[in-house]
Amino acid sequence: MNLAKVEKSTWIYLAISLLLVIVPFIVTGRSMQFIIIQFFIFAIFAMSYDILLGYTGIISFGHVMFFGIGAYSTAIVMNRFDSTILSFILAIIIAIILAAIVSLIVGMLTLRLKSHFYAMLTLALAGLFLVGAEKWRSLTGGNDGFTFSLPEILRDSQSLYMLCLLSLVLIFFGLRRLTKSPFGRVLMAIRENEKRTESLGYKIVHYKVIASVVAGVVASFAGVLYSISLRFVNTSVFATDMTIDVLLMTIIGGVGTLIGPIIGAGLVEFAHHWLSSLADVHWIFERWIILYGIVYILVVIFFPLGIVGTIQKKFFNRQNYQKKKQQNPRRKLDEGRKEDEDELYRNG
Amino acid sequence: MEAILETKDLSIAFGGHVAVNGVSVKITEKKFTSIIGPNGAGKTTFFNLLSGQLTPTHGTIYFKGRDITKLSTTNRTRLGIGRSFQITNVFPNLTVHENVRLAVQSQANVRYQMLAHFNHYKQFKEKANELLELVFLDDKANSLAVNLAHGEKRKLEIAMLLALETEILLLDEPTAGMSLEEVPAIIDVIKKIKGQEDRTIVLIEHKMDMILGMSDEVLVLFHGELIAQGTPEEMIENETVQSAYLGGQYDEQLT
Repeated sequence: MNLAKVEKSTWIYLAISLLLVIVPFIVTGRSMQFIIIQFFIFAIFAMSYDILLGYTGIISFGHVMFFGIGAYSTAIVMNRFDSTILSFILAIIIAIILAAIVSLIVGMLTLRLKSHFYAMLTLALAGLFLVGAEKWRSLTGGNDGFTFSLPEILRDSQSLYMLCLLSLVLIFFGLRRLTKSPFGRVLMAIRENEKRTESLGYKIVHYKVIASVVAGVVASFAGVLYSISLRFVNTSVFATDMTIDVLLMTIIGGVGTLIGPIIGAGLVEFAHHWLSSLADVHWIFERWIILYGIVYILVVIFFPLGIVGTIQKKFFNRQNYQKKKQQNPRRKLDEGRKEDEDELYRNG
Repeated sequence: MEAILETKDLSIAFGGHVAVNGVSVKITEKKFTSIIGPNGAGKTTFFNLLSGQLTPTHGTIYFKGRDITKLSTTNRTRLGIGRSFQITNVFPNLTVHENVRLAVQSQANVRYQMLAHFNHYKQFKEKANELLELVFLDDKANSLAVNLAHGEKRKLEIAMLLALETEILLLDEPTAGMSLEEVPAIIDVIKKIKGQEDRTIVLIEHKMDMILGMSDEVLVLFHGELIAQGTPEEMIENETVQSAYLGGQYDEQLT
């Protein structure tokens, strides 16, 4: 990958970010802005999930616990202290530290396990947090949750939009750098072949724990934004549905890319909104989750690489083929096909 | 002569089956040692014990006089024992270049660098390219490893192993499953490494004729036991070896 290419994609992403800055001045409807904000938040959450699933090859069904930790830390701090910017910053710090500690402990305890055992254990741990949030009523208000107030500036839809957009862009570029760093490359090697990575002299458990801490902290930050966008929190932020949602976003968008989960989050959020509004037409649209199930199955069968993955594959196939033809016009077609998926994962 | 790697009474049993039985050998530093034996003789199992994939039921392994029996694969690699696998074991969905670059990166001890771009380390790229040239894979550098032909994957394995710059190279049937035309290229690579005389090479091989010319020492395994050890010439003349391996019932497997 040459430098010019990197810069080109960076410029494209920056241009899109700038376009998104203008959006709230055009789309002034509060409910529409709210949907876009939710989209940003879930995009952050889905990206963090993809660090585990797409880059390191760790399947976690309990990723929602970090999201929930972020949401509850913010809600509780804002509830107990004055609703000022200062306590909001305190809430973020607490959310991040808590998530880092929990993900570190959980990671060290569980990441030695093989894939499916790990998946089961994370499911159980997330369940534990859910029960905890239900039972510790004095702190969490139980199942019903509680509302809390926010400083003036965060109540404004416009500024909340900017905050979420800024977070999304910063986290996107941060994680992008991470995945392109030597460290990120090792994560991808672990996804491809754990045993081999080990015999190259890398300590894979360390890498997995660090990846899960990074993913946990980012997910927790998404949880912070989620709770301030609702100004309300209840136990649904610990529900397994939420993990399934981000799993869906990541898979639809494209596993192993960062832009994929963002697109997936957008699709799921907007589809959810539009399908629900079709409920008057037919009752099935109210049960949109059924439709999701079908989409999910179809995507896994026909587009296992997701939207971005499939496009990348098509695009690079053609590009490579043309490159090859220029280099060696006599090269046979089947030889060209052999090297099809070049750089597929290197350009995410 | 200095023994770099030594095993004492090394055994491993899988259930009731003793795959490696009381093997005590000394592998001499900077020499070329071959391990031969018929199918199921425990050659690969013995390698797995040396490289740490398996833990012995009893017995000990010494590396430069230090007991390494309990060390993990990772730590043994870092100490200086690198191995290639009989069953091709690469990173399928990464490019050939990236496969080697990861090995170079590990050797250079860049492990937890998260902030710099991976292209920041130009010397890794260059070294990876050099190694790919050495194994005649430079024209495939940007292909995904999964799309390589079998022989090319074997070459990639060797390039990755070389990138680690370990003192000991454990090569598990480097020519297994290769087409006849590809074999000489691999042998050239191995001879080139041997020519540098700075590594200890241990090689498992099925094809006797291939190793006889290169080996300084030959170990013969049979049913998990070490039945003979010596120079290639001695092995050819050794009667036990002949009856167990070179002659009679196993003849057809030599080809």
